[in-house]
This record gives sequence, C-alpha cells and structure tokens, in this order.
Amino acid sequence: MGLELYLDLMSQPSRAVYIFAKKNGIPFELRTVEVLKGPLHPQTKGYWKRRQGDICPVLHRDVAILIYLSIKYQTADYWYPPDLQARARVHEYLGWHADCIRGTFGVSLWTQVMAPLIGAQVPEEKVKRNRAIMDQALQQLEDKFLGDRAFLTGQQLTLADLMALEELMQPVALGYDLFEGRPRLAAWRGRVEAFLGAELCQEAHSPILSILEQAVKKTLPVPPPEAYPNMLLRIAKIP
Amino acid sequence: MGLELYLDLLSQPCRAVYIFARKNGIPFELRTVELLKGQHLSDAFAQVNPMKKVPALKDGDFTLTESVAILLYLMRKYKVPDYWYPQDLQACARVDEYLAWQHTTLRRNCLRALWHKVMLPVFLGEPVSPQMLAATLAELDETLQLLEDKFLQNKAFLIGSHISLADLVAITELMHPVGAGCQVFEGRPKLAAWRQRVEAAVGEDLFQEAHKVILKVKDSPPADPTIKQKLMPGLLAMIR
Repeated sequence: MGLELYLDLMSQPSRAVYIFAKKNGIPFELRTVEVLKGPLHPQTKGYWKRRQGDICPVLHRDVAILIYLSIKYQTADYWYPPDLQARARVHEYLGWHADCIRGTFGVSLWTQVMAPLIGAQVPEEKVKRNRAIMDQALQQLEDKFLGDRAFLTGQQLTLADLMALEELMQPVALGYDLFEGRPRLAAWRGRVEAFLGAELCQEAHSPILSILEQAVKKTLPVPPPEAYPNMLLRIAKIP
Repeated sequence: MGLELYLDLLSQPCRAVYIFARKNGIPFELRTVELLKGQHLSDAFAQVNPMKKVPALKDGDFTLTESVAILLYLMRKYKVPDYWYPQDLQACARVDEYLAWQHTTLRRNCLRALWHKVMLPVFLGEPVSPQMLAATLAELDETLQLLEDKFLQNKAFLIGSHISLADLVAITELMHPVGAGCQVFEGRPKLAAWRQRVEAAVGEDLFQEAHKVILKVKDSPPADPTIKQKLMPGLLAMIR
C-alpha cells in the first residue's frame, strides 16, 4: 500500500493536493471522498498513509500535505523554495491565506448548493457580507501579494499560487466570476493554469465547474439526515 | 540596524515570536506597537507593515509578516535547536499540520473568548449578549477538546516527547482566555500537565514576562471615544 490520498475535487484544498501530486508525477491511490454527502469530518480532509510496516501517520491539512509531498518526493525547488527569504514569503502568504481566504471563499458552495440541498437558506445579508469580504481579500491579494509580479510571492510559481487558485475557483464555479474586472488577477490565473497545464486544470476543475448544473438536474449526492445538524451548524456559523 | 521585531505582547502570535526569539538568544530590537492605543494604525507603522498588523519583522531590507512565517524564518536563519521544527519529515509535517489547523480554530476561538468576555464590554463599553458569550465559550470548549484528543493525546508535547513550535503557538493562544478569566485548564488535567511542561521548557521567568500584559488585560481602563472609533472596524473584522 503506497501513498493514498483521500480527496474530493469539490473541495479547494483537495484540488490543490491532487494537482500537485499529478503535476509532479507522484504515484498515489486516489480515494474519493464525497464532501456533499456530509460535513467535512476532520478525518476526511486529505488523508495519507504510508506503506504497511512503516508508522502510519495520517496527515490532515492541505498545507502540511503539500509541504510533506514536496520534500519527500523532492519536487522542483520553485514549489517550496529553499532560499530563506523566498520560503518565508511562501509562509507569509499561507498565513494570510489561512485567515483571509480559507473559509471565506468556501461560503458560496454552502449558500448555493449545500444549504438548498437540505432545504435551508442562508440569509441574504450574509451572502452580501461574504461577497464584500471576498472583494476586500481579492484587493489585498492583488495589492500586497501579486503587485506587479508574475506570481504571488515572486517571479516563480510556488505552493502559494496553487492554494490561491483553487480557492478562487470555488466562487467562480458557483457563478461569481471574480476575475472579471480584475485584469491583473486574470493574467495571474492564466499564468498559473498555463504552468500547471490546461489538461490537468480541466481534469481537476471540471467536477466543481459542473456543480450548478448538477444541482439543477438534481444529480448531486444527497446528504443523509444524520448529517443535517452539523451542516446546519456550519451554515449558522457563516458570518 | 539589526533584526527588529514589531510586537505587542497583548497579541497571541506576538507572544510566540517574542518567547521564541528570547529563548533562542536571537538578538533583536523590540519595537513595541501598542494595539490598544491604535499604534498599529499609524502611518509610521504602515511603512513597516501596510496590512497594519503585528507581529512584523524587519531584517535589514527584508520585512516579513505573519507569525508562522516569522517563526520559521527565525528558526532557519539562526539555526535554533532542531526540536522546534524537527528535521524528521514526519515530525515536521505534524508541526505544519498543527500550525495550519490552529489558525481558524484555537486562534480564532481564543481571540473571540477574550474580546467577548472582557475587551468588548470592559475596554470598549460594548455589551455582549449572554447568548453570544455562551456560544463563544462553548466553541472554545470544543476546540480545547480537539486539542487534547487529536493533537496532545497521551504525549508529553503536541508532536512528541519534546517541545516544538506547535506547543509554543498553542500555549500563547490559550493564555488569551486565561487572561480573560476563563478556567481553561480546570477540569482538564492532561492539558494542565502539558501547560506545566511547556512553561518549564520555555523557562518560568521568560513565560511570566511574555504574559505580563495579557494577564493584566482585565484591568485595562476603558478606551477613550477617539480610540474606540479608530479600533472598532478592524476589531469587528478580526473577531468575526
């Protein structure tokens, strides 16, 4: 049993791990987890196991997984640069990302798909607030991180760009084309996708990009009733 | 000009950076930025960090923000003992995992506990409903349970048998609700025992010094109206 990755391409961090592993030719067994079938139990957010006989740690958290994979599989330097300052910039982005991007950019999946799936509704006020918060974050992303650089932490693509792209794709898939009217960010997206490869991006993004269509056609997996209380709690926590 | 650290020991991540630098004998100039006086909103500080947040590091021409980035930078540049962020790939992944988890969980809940219980009503004169406070404290409780069950378990420290960045970041977070008067360690003998070990590993004197400010925060005099007005928008966003 080699590397197993428990992922759901509906989820932003899962896509980042998937793309990273595929792009770097890291052999793994994909274990698909269906986020829509229930709340994100901490266990399901990107598992990996070592070979039998080794210690079997299970790693959660996309950032930890990406860093681990980059070191273990000795991926090209640019992903997680060894230079002291360049690496510090990646961590600086990831820290800000955890506070300002994570969570915020995932709200639209809840408001437009998950809540309706269980017959709940997110108040319009919260939807508006989320949009305003996203817009503010995008402004900071452009001004503080991207600036006039090619990528978020410098002239080379890093883990930061991958994490950011996958988060930004989420609202895009749910109908908010946040790249429109933001030419700098749109150009950055173009560069990141060109680097990763159109085919790989297509493969990783197509499930989430078809989610609204699936919702309309009612072909989405339905969460079991046991999942409702946690889902409602999650919805209530949307600021 | 050597290394400068822009800190306010009121802030959890600042305490972690302060303790780490002091414990490892890293020479630095402390530049205090008093959050309750709104100094982080000044033009002067904006030159250092346009995001107007602490901690911030200035090393010659290189300015860095975000506490985890700062801790890792210091660790690599000053070649501190390995145990803080182990060479061993799996152990180091565990530290990364903790540091990633705590952002939206322990950190957020500790911050909200302090602000809802003490700072909003006492410092800002903004009442917090009992329901809101109860909900915040319940969330904190849940996170503490996760900390014990998922991370600490039966180990001496969060990652293993030695202190690491994970423990330092966690303990400085937990001192926030302690400063607010929450009995975080009561009824949690495992966590209380871990706290003792972390304090001992850091050194009692340094630990006390780093926590002087937060432990007195309940006694903060109310903010004057101008300060309050300046601070409110940022604060409300921060504790969302």
